[in-house]
Amino acid sequence: MAKQSTAKQERKQDQSVETRAVSTKQKSAAPNLDRLIHERLRLGIISALAANESLTFSDLKNLMNTTDGNLSVHARKLEEAGYISCSKYFEGRLPKTEYKLTAAGRSALENYLSHMESLIKQMRNM
Amino acid sequence: MEPVRFVSDRAMDNLRYIRETMERATPFTGISGRGEMTIGATALIATVIAARQPSFKMWVYTWLAEGLFSTLIAGWSMDRKARATHTPLFSGSGRKALFSLAPSIIAGGLLTLVLTRAGQTSTIPGMWLLLYGTGVITGGMFSVRAVPAMGLCFMALGALALFSPAAWTNWFMAVGFGGLHLLFGAIIVRKYGG
Repeated sequence: MAKQSTAKQERKQDQSVETRAVSTKQKSAAPNLDRLIHERLRLGIISALAANESLTFSDLKNLMNTTDGNLSVHARKLEEAGYISCSKYFEGRLPKTEYKLTAAGRSALENYLSHMESLIKQMRNM
Repeated sequence: MEPVRFVSDRAMDNLRYIRETMERATPFTGISGRGEMTIGATALIATVIAARQPSFKMWVYTWLAEGLFSTLIAGWSMDRKARATHTPLFSGSGRKALFSLAPSIIAGGLLTLVLTRAGQTSTIPGMWLLLYGTGVITGGMFSVRAVPAMGLCFMALGALALFSPAAWTNWFMAVGFGGLHLLFGAIIVRKYGG
């Protein structure tokens, strides 16, 4: 529960950041922001997968220090957007879920990184 | 001006978060497996040389020389690996590992002096293995699993050495500083490269 409320608070904080950003001459940069990976946990999933060929559900859960429910909700959103691919298989008798970053997901992360860098540059020039 | 700084800080925080997540998720260790294997080989040579020394004092000096030589090998091999993989040698995890290992090495040095003065020289090899293992475990918390596993083996061997006859000292040193470095160095080379 605590993690969910923290996630909500983060979302609210992110929204307030964007509101402030728009109100302070960042109109040119904000519309390009990929809201889908701007959320902390989803950004973490994408970043972790960018550094690995693939990661299992359990690897991601440990890395992100989150709950099963929270991770599967966010992973599904990324999967629906085509940013990650998911495959299920059995290792012995144990079911495993493996995630991989797609080309679209890698490109989305690269765009997000460029966006953040350009945002920082813009702020410095003000 | 305040919101502007806030947005900039938030963007930098996001970039930092991405970098840290990638670092945590990468099965990479700055520790060079080949370097560890070289240290293992030199430790085996040091074991033979130390065993032939006429006094305990000379035995300690031989191992101190080996310790210094190993530090140079470790530093050189880690620097080479860092250059080859284009990663900074003292990145977040590298720096944390160094600061975790240093206290037990310093403690080991001080205890060597104290125990030598007190004439309790037979406990020194076990204490070295134990403290080195402790340092490797804490330093290895920020590295791949093989590193803390090696530390655990050193600690187990050190604990065993403390309660074993002094005549077995050279065997413990050979198995620990020689064998464990060779074994885990090979694991690091095979699983994590370099």
